[in-house]
Amino acid sequence: MTESITNSRVFKGLAKFGLPRIIIAAFFLLLLFGTAVLDLGVTSALGNCISRWGMYGILALAMVPSVQCGVGLNFGISLGITTGLLGGLISIQLDIANNPALVAISPTFAVLAAFLAAILMACFFAAVLGYFYGLLLNQVKGSEMTVTTYIGFSMIAFMNIMWTVLPFKSGTLIYPNAGRGIRNQVSLDSSYKGAISNILKFKIGSMTVSTGLILFFLFMCLIVWLFMRSKTGLAMSAVGANPMFARAAGINTNKMRLVGTMFSTVLAAVGIITYSQEYGFFQMYNAPQMMGFISAAAVLIGGASPKRATIFNVLLGTFLFQGIMALGLPVANQLFPGTSLSEILRILISNGIILYALAQTKGGGSRE
Amino acid sequence: MEKTEYVLKMDNIAKQYYGNRVLKGVDLAIKPGEIHALMGENGAGKSTLMNILFGMPVIHSTGGFEGTVEIMGQPANIDSPIKAMDYGIGMVHQEFMLIPGFTVAENIKIGREITTPNLLSRIIGPTLETLDFEAMSRDARKALKTIGLQIEDYIKVAGLPVGYMQFIEIAREIDKTGIKLLVFDEPTAVLAESEAERLLEAMRVIADQGIAIIFITHRLDEVMAVADSMTVLRDGEFVARKEIKDTSVVDIAELMIGRKVEKLVEEEDEDNRVLSDENVAIQLRDYKVDMQGERVKGIDLDIRRGEILGIGGLAGQGKLGIPNGIMGLYPAAGTVTVNGQVLNLDKLGEALRHKIAFVSEDRRGVGLLLEESIEQNIVFSALQTNNRFLKKVAWMQFYDHKSAGRHANDMIGQLDIRCRSSRQPAGRLSGGNQQKVCLARALTLEPEILFVSEPTRGIDIGAKKLVLELLTKLNRETGMTIIIVSSELVELRSIADRIAIVSDGRLACILKPDDSDANFGLAMSGAWKKGGEEES
Repeated sequence: MTESITNSRVFKGLAKFGLPRIIIAAFFLLLLFGTAVLDLGVTSALGNCISRWGMYGILALAMVPSVQCGVGLNFGISLGITTGLLGGLISIQLDIANNPALVAISPTFAVLAAFLAAILMACFFAAVLGYFYGLLLNQVKGSEMTVTTYIGFSMIAFMNIMWTVLPFKSGTLIYPNAGRGIRNQVSLDSSYKGAISNILKFKIGSMTVSTGLILFFLFMCLIVWLFMRSKTGLAMSAVGANPMFARAAGINTNKMRLVGTMFSTVLAAVGIITYSQEYGFFQMYNAPQMMGFISAAAVLIGGASPKRATIFNVLLGTFLFQGIMALGLPVANQLFPGTSLSEILRILISNGIILYALAQTKGGGSRE
Repeated sequence: MEKTEYVLKMDNIAKQYYGNRVLKGVDLAIKPGEIHALMGENGAGKSTLMNILFGMPVIHSTGGFEGTVEIMGQPANIDSPIKAMDYGIGMVHQEFMLIPGFTVAENIKIGREITTPNLLSRIIGPTLETLDFEAMSRDARKALKTIGLQIEDYIKVAGLPVGYMQFIEIAREIDKTGIKLLVFDEPTAVLAESEAERLLEAMRVIADQGIAIIFITHRLDEVMAVADSMTVLRDGEFVARKEIKDTSVVDIAELMIGRKVEKLVEEEDEDNRVLSDENVAIQLRDYKVDMQGERVKGIDLDIRRGEILGIGGLAGQGKLGIPNGIMGLYPAAGTVTVNGQVLNLDKLGEALRHKIAFVSEDRRGVGLLLEESIEQNIVFSALQTNNRFLKKVAWMQFYDHKSAGRHANDMIGQLDIRCRSSRQPAGRLSGGNQQKVCLARALTLEPEILFVSEPTRGIDIGAKKLVLELLTKLNRETGMTIIIVSSELVELRSIADRIAIVSDGRLACILKPDDSDANFGLAMSGAWKKGGEEES
């Protein structure tokens, strides 16, 4: 009897899916059930899940190149995030969204142009910073994950100073009443809030679906997927899987690690702008500090390891993780009013899954 | 207690690992104060025998061994290294087990510190007793004096020359009270010549005090110089026990290699190759490679176009460094000329561009992406080097799954790789099939020159034969120049046209496959005196 169960296709499929994913998925369904029982509006909650999926997706996607090139989980995506914020702020400072010439063509076009300008500038900054970041990571082979964590935190601290001294003038950016420095939250209302989220947006009952956001997320996934199937992408994956093998095939491992780190940083920059245009604000200062952990936790829940990560891991993991966050808050507030249980839940799950994944990987350390 | 002649007597020792018999009835007997050389090629069973003597866990976790061990005439049951120590058996390790930040005296006395009780230790326990540095220094100095090492006992070990470290290691062993038997495992392998001489002298001194020594080495001249007697093992079998005074270098060399040249490959095709000394594919001049444990220290060698050249030698002598340096995997120096063009050794992938392919000896470490598919493994190098298996979409190039799959299946058929499909991860295959995948990748590069390193290591006899036959066929049919680096002399002698023997990072000599066993033995043991190398 037991043999036929363990041999069955369903069992094998589940085993491949992995225990942590089964538990998290079950928890997700439990929360969904809770939402229904407590009458908190299942459809709007599901809509919330989907938009959070799109918001956090690209940030989680930033883990794929860094893991594949052998650097491991890039807890330092805050580097990319700060460059993303910088690009976003410059686009607001230039007031591209309200540029008369662009608005004359179409207001939507002006908003999109502002969004794209933000992304292009951010990508440039991210590529430059990512290059130096990659050079550094090549010097610390074997302990990248510790170093990325420190670099991430340091970058946030450094940019906290920069946000107060950079010569931004726009009223939407700096503190009012002749204050100095960027606001804690920069509203995107007058610039590119919903620039892509509003494209093809539709409503079913109380569920809002930001079609444009999801499409953009999937588009970024496609770009990463295609890159991974290019010559450079294949070489990069080989470097991550076995540096000596790659060297034997004449591949410069340091160069590939550099490419992976830069790509990861650029994706983080794109990710934060996409996130913010849906959210409606740029969250400045210490806000992005834990983004690296949230993103790493998401891909790990999706089944990635610190040595291997796929697009599927990103899609599944982000949905489950953010789904639990989206559903957890109302349910927790209903059951235990007045507590910040959902925040505790987030910290528990994200740190727990990171710890679990790191404990699962054997050996570790690079082979060079 | 009857008086016994031998300190250690091991009788009819047999051991198998998972059905694979590695020792088949070996005897070993050593008298007090005797230096006894234990000799044999790699894999002859020397380390297994020593593991048994030391009661290493690897022996007992794999089902123990057969035969008896007697120490001072008493049956001994050594089932753990601690027991071995209690019996007075010590080992001088090949890699030094010393703590750099400790002084010489501390290293010698580690684990056996001399302590005096104090207030704290009376309350908490003996682990907190005060160290008696003076007594420890005294002991250390005594031990150092015994072996004739002039060094202060309070110096830190870090930064000392390698030779000194070896002596400190020895001093630690002889400082143990009641030591009766000391094992030296290739102690001179890491030493310079003058240091090695001093070590041999020290061994003599130790032996004169009545301590028996087992001396494991490949160097025949050293055996002749210090040993009193010797035991030769071959393929896990006991070959002979001889007194050194009754034998000669040539004798020992012959005993080690043995007459076991069998044709592994039947010569089917006609051999109509034309080899000439003028038509050179690769020329090495003063070629050096800095590969840990396989250092090449300056080799001049011409590899003729279209030949199968074997490179042999004992482990650690530098034969593996030769291909690894050419491929750019380890830093190399000197001049390497390929088809008349000088190879830039600092540039990774340069050899690949000169149509040189390489099958690594480290299959799982360097040779394969274990978690990727067989297909990926086969096409990878050719894709990266020659831009094959890519398809153009707009201005971009992407992996062409179709042509790669077709090629992989071709190769699977050609080389008879046993697998479920080309999408199976390479790590799941057996050793022989993994080796064929590595070969398939090298062949996909369509090389003119192929380096194959340890092609038959860890694969069964059937696969072995197939691989060797394939190499011969490639050589005969496509004129590919093939260089086989192997520790198995038998396979080199069965398919190579010439065999270069590397010893101590240098070329000892180039032999013909049908040269005598004695010549091979001499060359491999570094005792080859005629030929190109002058004595330094």
